[in-house]
Amino acid sequence: MTRSEDTAKAVQVTDLSVDLGGRPVLRGVDLQIRQGEVVAVLGTNGSGKSTLIKTVVGLLSAARGEVRLFGTPVPRFRQWRRVGYVPQRITAAGGVPATVYEVVSSGLLSQRRMFTPLRAAQKQAVDEALQLVDMPDHRKDAVAELSGGQQQRVLIARALVSDPDLLILDEPTAGVDLASQQIFADAIRERVARGTTVVMVSHDLGPMDALIDRSVVLRRGRIVYDGPPHASQTHAHVHPHTGGDEPGWLSS
Amino acid sequence: MTMFQLEFMQRALIAGLLTGLSAPAIGTYLVQRRLSLMGDGIGHIAITGVALGLLTGSAPVLTAILVSIAGATAIELVRARGKASGDVALALLFYGGIAGGVLLIGLAGQGAATLNTYLFGSLTTVSPSDLYVVVGLAVTVLVVAIGLGPQLFAVCQDEEFARVTGLRVQLLNLVIAVMAAVTVTVAMRTVGLLLVSALMVVPVATAQQVTRSFRSTFVTACVIGVVACLAGIVTSYNANVAPGATIVVLALAGFVVAATAGTLIRRRHRQVAPLPDEEPEVGVPVPEPHVVSAGHPHQHDPRCGHTKVEHGDHVDYVHDGHLHAAHGDHWDEH
Repeated sequence: MTRSEDTAKAVQVTDLSVDLGGRPVLRGVDLQIRQGEVVAVLGTNGSGKSTLIKTVVGLLSAARGEVRLFGTPVPRFRQWRRVGYVPQRITAAGGVPATVYEVVSSGLLSQRRMFTPLRAAQKQAVDEALQLVDMPDHRKDAVAELSGGQQQRVLIARALVSDPDLLILDEPTAGVDLASQQIFADAIRERVARGTTVVMVSHDLGPMDALIDRSVVLRRGRIVYDGPPHASQTHAHVHPHTGGDEPGWLSS
Repeated sequence: MTMFQLEFMQRALIAGLLTGLSAPAIGTYLVQRRLSLMGDGIGHIAITGVALGLLTGSAPVLTAILVSIAGATAIELVRARGKASGDVALALLFYGGIAGGVLLIGLAGQGAATLNTYLFGSLTTVSPSDLYVVVGLAVTVLVVAIGLGPQLFAVCQDEEFARVTGLRVQLLNLVIAVMAAVTVTVAMRTVGLLLVSALMVVPVATAQQVTRSFRSTFVTACVIGVVACLAGIVTSYNANVAPGATIVVLALAGFVVAATAGTLIRRRHRQVAPLPDEEPEVGVPVPEPHVVSAGHPHQHDPRCGHTKVEHGDHVDYVHDGHLHAAHGDHWDEH
């Protein structure tokens, strides 16, 4: 069995159970995500989607089973520069003003030594990430003054700036206007074309829908569907075929 | 002989300069994490440390630093566990600190006058050996606060994200707590233990009125801290009042001025340049009735092969001589 970098699964979840406050939230979840796949994790509120994602990135610990990233169990995983994470957030702002540039450059910390300033190439990476989410004019703006959709784009840029191999997004489109959703669907499409593995949790995929290779549906802490995406899951309704020669009808 | 030739005033001013720099430096991180009152809690606990020093006859600065580091570590551990009882545990720690301190000082045979010099600062009590300790500690705090700036910023801004970048978040949180404890001890002689938190928070709140970036907030807060400390010490000498009170009152006066100015500037800025989405909607045509593509079985996407046409804010797909555009859950004819 080969365990080389290239063939290791990006994410391998084996018999995972997670408890939160003594209550089982995930039960016996098995999930394998190959490198280059684009996977949507779907499910209602409380189905365990966010818990699964947080366990994958090591924010929560497993009660049973394990999670491997690129073949390494998460507690021993050190190559965090290969992972870009967009947490579920209402706002990107803290108690002190911070500019878009400052927030995005904190995405480079996994490849930065302590007590050293940013290198020129890293500064350029920040500018490129801002370009990707269509925010280059906002680099000196305070994040707290941006709209919700723009703040979410800043968080996406922060995850993309380190050029990760695995991008994990928790509800990236929640409360975001359609124009912003379209912009980061484009940003993520560009990453997918370069072979990045993407795992995203969502209620409503919106413009991201077209990117998905596979969807995983959770219900009450278990995987109840794992396969190609189909319309009823992703809110992308295709009109039933009714002949096609009817005239278009007017609506207001 | 001017006051600047007095040796105790020189020492007080050096201590004030370093306090003015280090308190807002660490305060910026505390405010960013929304832990503004942490300095206050550590200050309470440090009173017990001072009292232990007085009781045992060792240097109060050293016992204060040990006890406040222990207290800050305890606060951080309670906070990190995130239990609902954390708030109560902190209150117990604070009041235990101040009550224990007053009790021990009484046992040591010292009166309220001695206690006051620690609570509200004193110009004459910075001894030469105190000064060496204060300089060493303050320089350490500043080196860490500036050198680890990006890491500490990330931890305070978004702890979950910082953990996923592989930062040792717990360790860095502890570093912040210990630095806050050290700063409390540095500031003890100048502003005093009860007012030290004000010097950590007020300059940051003042700076925020006019700044937009973390870095400029940090630098501006330090400048404000230094000005308030030095001006407060000079005023305190002339008026013969406790330096802590003068420093904090000056800092608060600065805040009032900055808040007023900031509000006026922002209001003016808004009037001159409205945000794009606040611009009046003049001349925006009412939406035309739109034609829904009937029985459209095909789901367009950028990979479907149909020719794409940019159309205003969206993309139309050319399909059998029609233009199709996504609209909610259906396709429109354009």
